[in-house]
Amino acid sequence: MSPMKPRQPMPEQSPEARAKNFKEVALGYDAETAQTEASRCLQCKARPCVSGCPVGVDIPEFIHQIKEGDFPEAIRILKGKNSLPAICGRVCPQENQCEKFCVMGKKFEPVAIGRLERFAADQAVKEGSDHPVEVAKNGHRVAVIGSGPAGLSASGDLAKMGYQVTIFEALHATGGVLRYGIPEFRLPKKILEREVEYVKALGVEIKTDMVIGKVLTLKDLFDMGYEAIFISSGAGAPAFMNIPGENLNGVYSANEFLTRINLMRAYQFPTYDTPVYVGKRAAVIGGGNTAMDSARTALRLGAEVTVVYRRSEAELPARKEEYHHAQDEGISFKLLTNPIQILGDDKGWVKGMECIRMELGEPDASGRRRPVPIEDSEFVLDVDMVIVAIGTKANPIIAKATPDLEINKRGNIVADKESCETNLPGVFAGGDIVSGSATVIEAMGAGKRAAKSIDEYIQSKK
Amino acid sequence: MFQIKKRVELSDTITRIDVEAPWVARKIQPGQFIILRIRENGERIPLTMVDCDRDKGIITLVFQVIGKTTEELNLLREGDSILDLTGPLGNELPLEKYGRVAILGGGLGVVSIYPLAKGLKVAGNEVLSIIGSRSKDLLIMEEEMRETSDSLDITTDDGTYGRKGYVADVLRDWLEKGEKIDLVIAVGPAPMMRAVAEVTRPYQVKTLVSLESTMVDGTGMCGACRVTYNGETKFTCVDGPIFDAHLLDFKELMARRRMYSEQEKQSRDDFLKCDHGGCRCHQ
Repeated sequence: MSPMKPRQPMPEQSPEARAKNFKEVALGYDAETAQTEASRCLQCKARPCVSGCPVGVDIPEFIHQIKEGDFPEAIRILKGKNSLPAICGRVCPQENQCEKFCVMGKKFEPVAIGRLERFAADQAVKEGSDHPVEVAKNGHRVAVIGSGPAGLSASGDLAKMGYQVTIFEALHATGGVLRYGIPEFRLPKKILEREVEYVKALGVEIKTDMVIGKVLTLKDLFDMGYEAIFISSGAGAPAFMNIPGENLNGVYSANEFLTRINLMRAYQFPTYDTPVYVGKRAAVIGGGNTAMDSARTALRLGAEVTVVYRRSEAELPARKEEYHHAQDEGISFKLLTNPIQILGDDKGWVKGMECIRMELGEPDASGRRRPVPIEDSEFVLDVDMVIVAIGTKANPIIAKATPDLEINKRGNIVADKESCETNLPGVFAGGDIVSGSATVIEAMGAGKRAAKSIDEYIQSKK
Repeated sequence: MFQIKKRVELSDTITRIDVEAPWVARKIQPGQFIILRIRENGERIPLTMVDCDRDKGIITLVFQVIGKTTEELNLLREGDSILDLTGPLGNELPLEKYGRVAILGGGLGVVSIYPLAKGLKVAGNEVLSIIGSRSKDLLIMEEEMRETSDSLDITTDDGTYGRKGYVADVLRDWLEKGEKIDLVIAVGPAPMMRAVAEVTRPYQVKTLVSLESTMVDGTGMCGACRVTYNGETKFTCVDGPIFDAHLLDFKELMARRRMYSEQEKQSRDDFLKCDHGGCRCHQ
């Protein structure tokens, strides 16, 4: 065993091939590569990686089992803390979390924890060794609103403690943002479905087509016998720039574009009934992961894509890996560029986007240098499609139906960071509806904390 | 699954269905809508609630065959089921006492004004209804509207029934004659709603319209249904579907309705070519 071995690269589809298909870009380690990578872990006593994980996975322990070749034990350790390892192994920003703290990373490259997590999860499916454990029901019922990462993780944990959990999902399909937001080439739907099946196998019931706040209020849920409610409804409402021309035909929010493709499968129109418009030249506004997903999706549907972002490369909020994938696939980036207006033709369709060049000034409240416009630097980008991917706002439905529930200025539900308690007894909240747009694993962390405090809340009532 | 309990053809292209949807029926109010998806590969389409029976758990929907999805919906018979149905969505019309309310329905819009007329009548308003269509055989729900209105005027574009002309013409006459109207509600094709808005604007009579925007989720998540309202972007699904007509950008609204006309045509043509989906190659 030598820790000096290099970090094992992830096998990937070639950029030329993947730019034309929706299959997963990253192909995953084989057993031998995984064991080699696992052998790079120093098994240090301090375990700094664990403190970087929002759900506290026992990282050195599961890596040790991979190294030893005991893959069923590896997945057992993972699932002890994380109900959705196949998803987290794919979409977590490990470089900012566990891997950021890896001791190996100080002198060399960090251990590829995310890739190993994915390997363990996929291997368990291959071997059929991943069975949920039967838990005796404790007779208490909990309602969870939304089947995204926060809801699934809270439900999984609560079910393992014996609670009878019902998830109320607004859409016709489960998964929330994992379903409608993250594209097939990053997170195949069959992986999501497997993870949802696992949560169901723990005894969680999922009711789709149920928009809470409309079909049932929180009070209705309590009246139906649920003793606690976890609101994990997601961020939900797309933000726009409020510039002229944003409602022209050919302008999409990233949410709409991705929902048409991912949830409704418009890329298979007319086999699937939902249409989508894809231009010849598309501009994607924004620099986050959703912007990268939108750009790479439009590219796969035949558009020439330019990402327009107002700050510089150093501030790009997207994961480095996603940014590089996008570049490799042929997406161009106009950084330090801000849209001023979208231009339309006489029929109401996009025919261009006027932008202005920016430069970085003094740091702003976020600590990042504030982009300021350069005078007389306007120019028109020749595009016939625009995707606005500048983030999301809070969905108003539950707040509107629950006037007593405390929300902040931005419409997000106010909940304690640690306990996820809201101002209403028995009502907990977590994930993007509380934090605003964040990551899958942060939402799962909130779900985990909520499960713990819901358990304490219900047990204390006895 | 949501079973069709009853099916009645109101005209060659317009059909009424009673669907078993107990959760939705318990809560839905006049002005609100539902979204349905017929089968796995289907699209999500919004339909206005026309009536509901809370005890039986049934909601009534009316649709016109205009695209592939409505072609397919029209093939379903009593006992058949719809895969997904979500609601209630959107905001209801507050059923208060406004006074004299003129309610106008054009074409399929009559189905949307029916529950509003019914609710406003019960709330103690004087309900003056005007319904119209292109031609006599396309006029729907005349009897139902008569039952729930204090007066009912009818127009057809070609003069085959009632007064020749448009529903807005009748309203214009009333206002010119100095009739006092406290509230106008108009639902129908966008040009009709815009015409009504222009008739009432000089008289400053509050005029509400209900929009049928293109939607995907219907819960405020995607923004497909956005409209410019009073200079700001609003979503029909969570801010509407009822808006003050005098503050709406109708030109933009009409352009947005045409966004998918090519695909919609292709989809329907393919479907009809294949023996109304009898080939099963679309499922």
